[in-house]
Amino acid sequence: MTDAIAQTPDEPRRVDVGSLMAHDERTRRRNRAERRFQLYGLTAIGVGLLALVVLLVSILSQGLPAFQQTFITLDVHLDATKLDKNGTRDIEEIKKVSTFGYAPLIKAAAEAKMEELGINPEEFGVTGKDAQAMISKEAAAQLRRFVIANPDRIGDTVEFEFLANGRIDGYYKGRVTMESAERDSNVSPGQLQLADALKQGGALSKHFNWSFITAADASENRPEAAGIGVAIIGSLYMMIVVLCLALPIGVAASIYLEEFAPTNWFTDLIEVNISNLAAVPSIVFGILGLAIFINYAGLPQSAPIVGGLVLTLMTLPTIIISTRASLKSVPPSIRDAALGVGASKMQSVFHHVLPLAMPGILTGTIIGLAQALGETAPLMLIGMVAFVREFPSAPPEGFFDPASALPVQVYNWTQRADPAFVERASGAIIVLLLFLLCMNMIAIILRRRFERRW
Amino acid sequence: MNDMRPVERAVDTNEIKFDCKDCQVYYGEKHAIIDVDVKIEDKTVTAFIGPSGCGKSTFLRCLNRMNDTIDICRVEGQFLLDGEEIYDKRVDPVQLRAKVGMVFQRPNPFPKSIYDNIAYGPRIHGLAKNKAELDEIVEKSLRRGAIWDEVKDRLDAPGTGLSGGQQQRLCIARAVATEPEVLLMDEPCSALDPIATSQVEELIDELRENYSVVIVTHSMQQAARVSQKTAFFHLGNLVEFGETGQIFTNPKDPRTESYITGRIG
Ligand SMILES: Nc1ncnc2c1ncn2[C@@H]1O[C@H](COP(=O)(O)OP(=O)(O)O)[C@@H](O)[C@H]1O
Ligand SMILES: [Mg+2]
Repeated sequence: MTDAIAQTPDEPRRVDVGSLMAHDERTRRRNRAERRFQLYGLTAIGVGLLALVVLLVSILSQGLPAFQQTFITLDVHLDATKLDKNGTRDIEEIKKVSTFGYAPLIKAAAEAKMEELGINPEEFGVTGKDAQAMISKEAAAQLRRFVIANPDRIGDTVEFEFLANGRIDGYYKGRVTMESAERDSNVSPGQLQLADALKQGGALSKHFNWSFITAADASENRPEAAGIGVAIIGSLYMMIVVLCLALPIGVAASIYLEEFAPTNWFTDLIEVNISNLAAVPSIVFGILGLAIFINYAGLPQSAPIVGGLVLTLMTLPTIIISTRASLKSVPPSIRDAALGVGASKMQSVFHHVLPLAMPGILTGTIIGLAQALGETAPLMLIGMVAFVREFPSAPPEGFFDPASALPVQVYNWTQRADPAFVERASGAIIVLLLFLLCMNMIAIILRRRFERRW
Repeated sequence: MNDMRPVERAVDTNEIKFDCKDCQVYYGEKHAIIDVDVKIEDKTVTAFIGPSGCGKSTFLRCLNRMNDTIDICRVEGQFLLDGEEIYDKRVDPVQLRAKVGMVFQRPNPFPKSIYDNIAYGPRIHGLAKNKAELDEIVEKSLRRGAIWDEVKDRLDAPGTGLSGGQQQRLCIARAVATEPEVLLMDEPCSALDPIATSQVEELIDELRENYSVVIVTHSMQQAARVSQKTAFFHLGNLVEFGETGQIFTNPKDPRTESYITGRIG
């Protein structure tokens, strides 16, 4: 360094760069440091992208099959002697026939189908009972629902697509193989061969399964029938509750704190508390919700209203912090300008500051909502893990009916033994991610649309 | 001030708008304005000059209670506008600011259309009964702001898209749109180039016909060009106040003289 600086006291102390074409040691060192830093950055981004790709690939490869399902097509004769013994077509009489009453119809239809295709289950070492087991237990319920909805069809022969049993379905998705079937007490290689024969005969096919998205959860032994319909509705209801409560409360609180409140120890205290609340683990809000909303206020367990209230508490700090930040970022000169022409404080806030802060507020709100949508722990504490088969009714009563939520449904399914549920859990994750993606897109679009320069 | 009588005669027919006595302003512990007495006349341009940090803006902002928005700011003393105390509990600062308009140092148009910038004040004060009247006010204000010819074809364009000088004239037009009686201007030309500055100065001179104008400026030439009265502030004190010509040619206080000749500053 000493040689780079002229030392004579009356001469200016000046960097001696020599020729501009040659780099001196300092410059080279600086350039090296800069390149090194860029490399670190690129590596970090690379690692992040790689993790993202691995995550997406694993979720997609595991979850995408959940949207397809194997179906067995049968022509069922809706035998009047079995379904409506008196021939009155009285709906109450028909309802008395339980799903057990429908099983023989399916059995007959399956036997007829195999005969028609010239398949003899005995050839594959499959007994009649085992051949029946290839059709989901859900089939009888499906048939019963159809008959109750269309009692006039009794006596006809109707074509039905029944879900195949989860193991058979797994065979066509690579989850079950001949080798694994040997060791599996629930499925035999013979059944798989029979399934292949049915497929050749055109009675078995795999295609998109809407009921994964629209159906309710199903019990342990029929994964093929399980869907995320109730969970989607539950999550939607909770998001409505959160949006309707957290946005107005959060924005009003922020406006007051940012624009009107005097700065004193009390508002400082509130500010510190809000920042701390944002960092409180979500499960704590769950305990709070259990104690206040369920035990004290007596609201029903597993209800979206309680979930929504808990998630509102959780989201409020996020919304308040982001709203205050965006209010703060509006230049004070705009407030002065409004006050200067004789606007009141409130007019200056509502006519000028708030519209300018809107993109930030909406972005913060949507990010808060997205967080709430993915939250599991507090919901488990307020009983949203319960197995819910019934769809909640339309709002506002529906807010008080038991429901599930998407992330809780994912958690539930991963806890079950049958690997078919893991596939469905991944499928539910894909749906959840799609929702989150949509919300973030909306946030970006809103930001773009409302963004103004000043 | 008796020796100023010969020059004072030119303006002494004007009535007093602001009569301020024993004014003190504190920012927390800091005493920013000390014992200031000023009388501001109607149909006159009064200039506040002084080195930066001497309290010119602070005092100006007292006149329309813009200091209310600063938590730590405390104002004492008498501020009579047309004989009424503006710091009285019964006074609503919103009404006061409709009477005493303000133009700020940095042009600060609303991020809205040029039309809405002007129309905002009249709208919130209910000055126009219908769209036609509002249009009329907008046109009149823009003409008074000497910017009508430049923007008449693009009233829907955003006010923030104008050049700095145009923005400042837009802000002046916005301030006159509510027909205030007093117009406060805090260094209105400090962000402008010489051409825009001279346009704004001409404008101020025209505004004198209808308004009492108070202008803060750090440029003594500007004060000499546009004002009839000049107040010289120094370290929170009002050192000298009088006829502009007298202040610049024959200052009584040595501090004024050193400032004018460039020794304080
Ligand atoms: N918002 C404020 N908070 C605290 N002190 C302030 C504030 N505004 C101005 N001051 C102080 O008051 C004094 C006068 O400031 P100001 O009126 O802006 O001066 P000028 O406009 O003459 O340059 C300065 O010393 C400044 O530091
Ligand atoms: Mg100033």
